[in-house]
Amino acid sequence: MTAQQDIKADTWTVAGRTFSSRLIVGTGKYKSLEENAAAVEASGAEIVTVAVRRVNISDPNQPMLTDFIDPKKIAYLPNTAGCFTAEDAIRTLRLAREAGGWNLVKLEVLGEAKTLYPDMRETLRATEVLVKEGFEPMVYCVDDPIAAKQLEEAGAVAIMPLGAPIGSGLGIQNRVTIRLIVEGAGVPVLVDAGVGTASDAAQAMELGCDGVLMNTAIAEAKDPVLMARAMKAAVEAGRLAYLAGRMQKRRYADPSSPLAGLI
Amino acid sequence: MDLKESIAIHVNGDLRHVTVGSSIAGMLAELGLDPRKVAVERNLEIVPRGTFDDVRVAEGDRLEIVHFVGGG
Repeated sequence: MTAQQDIKADTWTVAGRTFSSRLIVGTGKYKSLEENAAAVEASGAEIVTVAVRRVNISDPNQPMLTDFIDPKKIAYLPNTAGCFTAEDAIRTLRLAREAGGWNLVKLEVLGEAKTLYPDMRETLRATEVLVKEGFEPMVYCVDDPIAAKQLEEAGAVAIMPLGAPIGSGLGIQNRVTIRLIVEGAGVPVLVDAGVGTASDAAQAMELGCDGVLMNTAIAEAKDPVLMARAMKAAVEAGRLAYLAGRMQKRRYADPSSPLAGLI
Repeated sequence: MDLKESIAIHVNGDLRHVTVGSSIAGMLAELGLDPRKVAVERNLEIVPRGTFDDVRVAEGDRLEIVHFVGGG
């Protein structure tokens, strides 16, 4: 099998749905819906996150996201961004399920506006209710291996720890805990939030994550379409490096050319 | 619309008047919205899309009409 075929065959599965792209992209903060659609195309993403918001009653003819990104071709993953209680998140996802008919959703329950750090007590409570109602929640959470275990036990279909605060672009702050979450999880693990540039995405994949979810890193790049392409390459490179198994680190140099036969 | 034949409801937080006896489908049509692209909550209960023609709005109803927008 060639390396090309290897990449093609390297799929991942969440809640019984199989995808070949390991990059999930958000659809917020773009200058236009056209630019958004072009970035999604360049990223190769098969899943996009979307928000649920009130329709603008005073201007019902505003262009809609669904006119630019076809939900039949790209899976919509409704999120609960902006929800600070389990009740709000559950209510939002019930509406999302009615609007789109999807059970696969992204749950995030935020603790405070300043850090947008997840409120894990509310997140766990919402996960339990949603699972009872037949949802398949992919859950945004703290980078805490114990919290990750608890979410998995509650029925989360994917664990999505933050690499750094949402929209910060600071990169993965705690590689140790991300690695521990990956090692302990029986469901896919995706770094969600904190990625700033391509090397951050590659690092998440090198740690063994099943995928990466990002929005701002692409949308706020000077050239979002080019950055989307960079992220696609980075996720693939990081994944291949993880599969290849990196060399051991040494404290000192080790020459690459033979020492024998020196003139 | 004759106000005598209308009822007041709250749609996405705003007070609006719709014809007495309007169905959810009728109200969406009055607002110019495509029923296939929205979800409706009436007094905190989901209104299944399949029942838009049957469910009537009543005086004082609180309706939320949502759709998907860009988000992360």
